[in-house]
Amino acid sequence: MALTGVEIFKLLPKTNCKKCGHPTCLAFAMKLAQRQASLDACPDVSEEAKKVLGEASAPPIRSITLGSGDKAVKMGEENVLFRHEKRFVNPCAFAVEVKDSMSDDEINKIVDDVLNSEIDRVGQKLRIDAIFVSNASNDAGRFEGVVKAIASKAPAVPLIIATNNPAAAETAVKAVADKKPLLYGADESNADAMANIAKTYKIPLGVTAKGLDALTALTEKIKGLGVEDMVIDPCAKTAKEIIEANTYIRRAAIKKNFKALGYPVITLAQRDDKMLEALIAALGVTKYSSIVVLSSIKKWKNLSLFTLRQNIYTDPQVPMQVEQKVYKIGEATPESPLTITTNFSLTYFIVSGEIENSKVPTRLAVMDCEGLSVLTAWAAGKFTASKIAQFIQESGIENEITHKELIIPGYVAILSGAIEDKLPGWKVTVGPREANALPAFLKSRG
Amino acid sequence: MAFTAPKETYSGKVFEVAIGTDKTAVFGGENVLPFHSFEGNIPHRPVIAYEIQDVPPDDWPETVKKVYEGVSGDPVTWAKYCQDTLNAQAIALRLVGTHPDRENRSPEDAAKTVKDVLAAINVPLIILGSNQIEKDSAVLVSVSEAAKGKNCIIGKAQEGNYKTIAAAAMANNHKLIAMSELDINLSKQLNILITQMGFDKEKLITDPMCSALGYGLEYTYSVMERIRLAALTQNDTTMQPPMLADVGMYVWKIKETQASESDLPQWGLLAERGIAWETITAGSLLMSGAEFLIMRHPEAAKAVEKFIDELM
Repeated sequence: MALTGVEIFKLLPKTNCKKCGHPTCLAFAMKLAQRQASLDACPDVSEEAKKVLGEASAPPIRSITLGSGDKAVKMGEENVLFRHEKRFVNPCAFAVEVKDSMSDDEINKIVDDVLNSEIDRVGQKLRIDAIFVSNASNDAGRFEGVVKAIASKAPAVPLIIATNNPAAAETAVKAVADKKPLLYGADESNADAMANIAKTYKIPLGVTAKGLDALTALTEKIKGLGVEDMVIDPCAKTAKEIIEANTYIRRAAIKKNFKALGYPVITLAQRDDKMLEALIAALGVTKYSSIVVLSSIKKWKNLSLFTLRQNIYTDPQVPMQVEQKVYKIGEATPESPLTITTNFSLTYFIVSGEIENSKVPTRLAVMDCEGLSVLTAWAAGKFTASKIAQFIQESGIENEITHKELIIPGYVAILSGAIEDKLPGWKVTVGPREANALPAFLKSRG
Repeated sequence: MAFTAPKETYSGKVFEVAIGTDKTAVFGGENVLPFHSFEGNIPHRPVIAYEIQDVPPDDWPETVKKVYEGVSGDPVTWAKYCQDTLNAQAIALRLVGTHPDRENRSPEDAAKTVKDVLAAINVPLIILGSNQIEKDSAVLVSVSEAAKGKNCIIGKAQEGNYKTIAAAAMANNHKLIAMSELDINLSKQLNILITQMGFDKEKLITDPMCSALGYGLEYTYSVMERIRLAALTQNDTTMQPPMLADVGMYVWKIKETQASESDLPQWGLLAERGIAWETITAGSLLMSGAEFLIMRHPEAAKAVEKFIDELM
């Protein structure tokens, strides 16, 4: 269980030396209790206190890093069961399976697809995060060769080395140890040997066991062997089993602070039916998986899954924003109409979507209002006549269009006169209040 | 330390709603969070209704329009196709042609369409207006009477028109969709207002307003989760009607279901992308608590049925 500030305070030196940057030990203890400070900041803390506090202050789900370098993926550190309570922290990683029994050409094609999978959406770069290499051939030499080839072709992409044969695991891990692959994994039959490899090469270990009792026993055993960084797999196969296991794991970790299951979860979502596979992956994204392994990475499937992950892991307290600029929708010419709205992503998506539906090429000026919608931004004084006038002048749009007419949202009709006063020579037209009336409005001007 | 399953117990239960008269469909009735059958009882699968409309789907994108080519010129043929060929368990007829900006069909025309469709099918019918507050008041009253005794779902009652629509649904013994815009408090308030008129709360279906994947899905998702948690953990009876995810109409108007692969090669094949968009939107909203879905593309609906098979 997490300790309170006062409980933590009792374990500190109580010298009020300020070396941690806080005025008193009590203030520091309070910050520790809220997980806003790290115990490392105290130079005088006793070893015993470190041990007690370390256990208690660790996040309920251990932070594990997959891979190394720029494209390493952080997992774990979650604090809640439902996203409206507090932001889900580390977005789940998507991995694609490469079987070492595939031909070199097939393997190269998948690796190329991973390297080319990056898509930009609302300012975030989204991609297939990792490659799950499985030893389907049962040939340790082939396995090592494939792992090496992938690591040299895609040096930055994190690897998951999947075999339950310790000998095959060791040669493959050794070849790419500097990339900090995840070794997947340990089971009841090979735990000692696998733990030894993970310890030797300082890499995280995937731990698989059928059911949560067996998984608990196994992670405790492996921790006893000196491996701290684990990723767990309760071997749930069907959607029904996955939701049960993942829910119990997340609850046990967060509500009971049950350390033996306080690790990121890996879910194997592979299905022959690609649409069903996408749904199983969606289940993983919404219900607590940290790694989802796919059998194929078609672009259409990636786009839908990346978007879902982005939606689910958005901070519910911070609105998503789009970049402030004048967007062209359709084949906008200098004569095309100019409309304006705020940069709340939902506002932008809905307005731009309706403009597209109208098939009338249009410019849409999106103004930075800190992610507020039109009415809220107006009420908050961020979407005012003078700010709109300033944005239009600074955008340089006057040089790109042949007219001087600005269409404003109907909800801020009240601003039209004031904008005209501040933008000499411009005519302000009041558009509809709701975006769904835009197609009729734009078409009627044609 | 041994593992003890951290089961939750819930004090509330979602109302069970049965629709139709000949072949019926039943949804809701569970006393646990979505698909948490490991700690409670889920008597019914979510139900998917296939969406059709009173006028040809000229505004639908190609991927989903071509599925209904040859049948969608007439709502009766279209409804029969969904029931007999696609094995739809329920059909949702959207009277979009009644919208003043569209064909502006009259309430009498709409009532005739409803009667004709009802005469041709034996699965339950959901009758939806064009989402124009004033026109829906007139249209939905007229179609409620036309469908009297058929135990349909009428929708959608909103803050601006719920009185007339709820009264008509009540008088003709239908179920009613109450829709508010992405806010748990508005949703609760509308359910209360409707029940204060004497409408039975166990005949309501809550629509917290759907959003497509990438276009506000996270808002719908979290509002649904919060409604379901209030229903189950706080036993809040105003939040216990089953929830609708009106997926198809939100998905099939966004760019991702329409932009060609030649314009956006990074987005991949258009047909699969559109189907995936509807599939993933629907699948995610099942996770947040929807018991009743309205969908357009049969392949998306079938993928979601397979997903439900695995979840139950």
